[in-house]
Amino acid sequence: MYKNTGYLSPQEYSSLMPEEERFNKGPVAIIECPECIPCNPCQQACARGAIQRFQNITDLPVINFDLCNGCGNCIAVCPGLAIYVIEKNYSPTTSLIKIPYEMLPIPTKNDPCDILSRDGSVIGKGTVVKVQKYSFNPKARVLWIEIPKELFKEARNVRMVKE
Amino acid sequence: MRIKEHPIIEWKEKKKVSFFLDGKPVQGYEGEPIAVALFEQGFKSISESLVYHRPRGLFCCIGNCSSCLMKVDGIPNVRTCTKQVKEGMQVETQKRES
Amino acid sequence: MKQYCDVLIIGAGPAGLCAASVFVNTNVQVIVLERDPFLGGQLLKQTHMFFGSKEQYAGTRGFEISNILQESVLQANNIHFFKDTVAAGYYPEDGFMLALEQDQKLHHIYFKKVIVATGASEKALIFENNDMPGIFGAGAVQTLMNMYGVAPGKEVIMVGSGNIGLIVSYQLLQAGVPVKCIIEAAPVVGGYFVHAAKIRRMQVPILLQTTVRKAFGKQSLEGIEMVSLDENWQEIPGTERIESCDTLCLAVGLSPLSELLSHMQCETKYVPALGGSVALRNQRMQCTNKDVYIAGDVAGIEEASSAMLEGYIAGVSIAEDLQIATPEHMTLLQKSSQFLQSMRSGPMGEKICSGLQKVEESNV
Repeated sequence: MYKNTGYLSPQEYSSLMPEEERFNKGPVAIIECPECIPCNPCQQACARGAIQRFQNITDLPVINFDLCNGCGNCIAVCPGLAIYVIEKNYSPTTSLIKIPYEMLPIPTKNDPCDILSRDGSVIGKGTVVKVQKYSFNPKARVLWIEIPKELFKEARNVRMVKE
Repeated sequence: MRIKEHPIIEWKEKKKVSFFLDGKPVQGYEGEPIAVALFEQGFKSISESLVYHRPRGLFCCIGNCSSCLMKVDGIPNVRTCTKQVKEGMQVETQKRES
Repeated sequence: MKQYCDVLIIGAGPAGLCAASVFVNTNVQVIVLERDPFLGGQLLKQTHMFFGSKEQYAGTRGFEISNILQESVLQANNIHFFKDTVAAGYYPEDGFMLALEQDQKLHHIYFKKVIVATGASEKALIFENNDMPGIFGAGAVQTLMNMYGVAPGKEVIMVGSGNIGLIVSYQLLQAGVPVKCIIEAAPVVGGYFVHAAKIRRMQVPILLQTTVRKAFGKQSLEGIEMVSLDENWQEIPGTERIESCDTLCLAVGLSPLSELLSHMQCETKYVPALGGSVALRNQRMQCTNKDVYIAGDVAGIEEASSAMLEGYIAGVSIAEDLQIATPEHMTLLQKSSQFLQSMRSGPMGEKICSGLQKVEESNV
């Protein structure tokens, strides 16, 4: 299906996510890379060994969700920008997502933003909590976005709101 | 249209260069191809097709397609998409006789 | 002017630079011809992070890889670069490669072995008014934006949803140039899912089974007429519609630049899976003319990582022929061949493998 649309359907992205209880145990990384392409930098990015070692460079990445603590070191490493982190219980009413971002304007803390789903629809409003830069890849910033909790599985990207 | 800000690329400050298009003064930046300098100033059409005189502009920008040929300092058929601008260069559009 | 060398390398893109690097710390005299005024080839325009593995600089941006590759070769005294120099043709009766430097100076280059790493050129699409100013190859748009900081237009429509179409659309958005849509004639998205997902979640629609019929505008592009295609790739009457745009970007495939190989009497074959006319070769990248080797897109349209690996393989194969190959060279050859095989082993490699079967001969 994703080859016809360019985005994952709810069934397709759910199959890449952990079981429901894992979301209640803290932040977790999700890798939306369902195709066997020759690419493997993610497996070396995880300090906890949560991404299974590849036998072949074309293997699909597999996360051990119990070992993953959602630190997000893998986010900036992925050339396809396919990895992001979900923290479902950031607060009683909001979740947090950590997404890679390579666009202008460069966001700053407390900036408001529109939340976009995988197909580009605007599904809600969020706020920038933090903008992270990694020394090994300074231009691929990681944004921490606070979002309404009901959107924690659908939210996938942001669009900065023009003042 | 210059791109002023970019999330990934940091362009170095470049020296301005003055040259001539069909005798009229135009500007570019050092290290830039002639056709790019002209394109940026709004000259989208810089050559014409041989038989029907159809307007032609940049297509491949790498020296393969021959849509950008102009006369430069007296030398005809120069690929202006790769030839860099120089101070005082005389660039002329080539009128085709069919 | 007459020039003499042991190894001539034509093209200083990723394949040519990696081939040249094999001869650093040797006594082999190498001449590298590059028609651009700078080295690096297509790498210089690539602002996205590369795929592949760590050894092939995965996660590093294309233009940064170019700097890394150049560093390793520019210091070597035995490797001479001729920039702004086109390899114009090979003269078999006299045995030299004619090269034109800066459109003015002629060189006759005599060599023992040559690596042709000339890359590829963009294919065009046939439709009414396809020659109008404002219609570009995707590479031209990348050159304008990423090398010279010039926006190609105000409103772009991209034709082609292969990796290049998807990546250049993303780069246009990064440069602040809106992409109205991507149109694709096939019923599925052509490039990697992850590239498509990035631009889909940035609100760029991908219109499948759609193609461009006609472009229109007075002196330059003002819009196009699109039409839907059925499962037999035929236009469906009544589905024509107009979209305004001042920039149309054609990302419809690349074609190897194989002309020099014919000059040197290398057998070539037309193989659509590899992009066009390519030379027959063995697994050492050696052609039917034993002194000629190929590497990179000229050998078959693939990725930059494959170009780099093929550059190493061609370089070391020549080192073996010249009897100066060291154990380090042989390790590089072995690792490069293994990586290449591994990269091509997944479903993405099927097309390339089917093409290579037609041109790779073990007894060439």
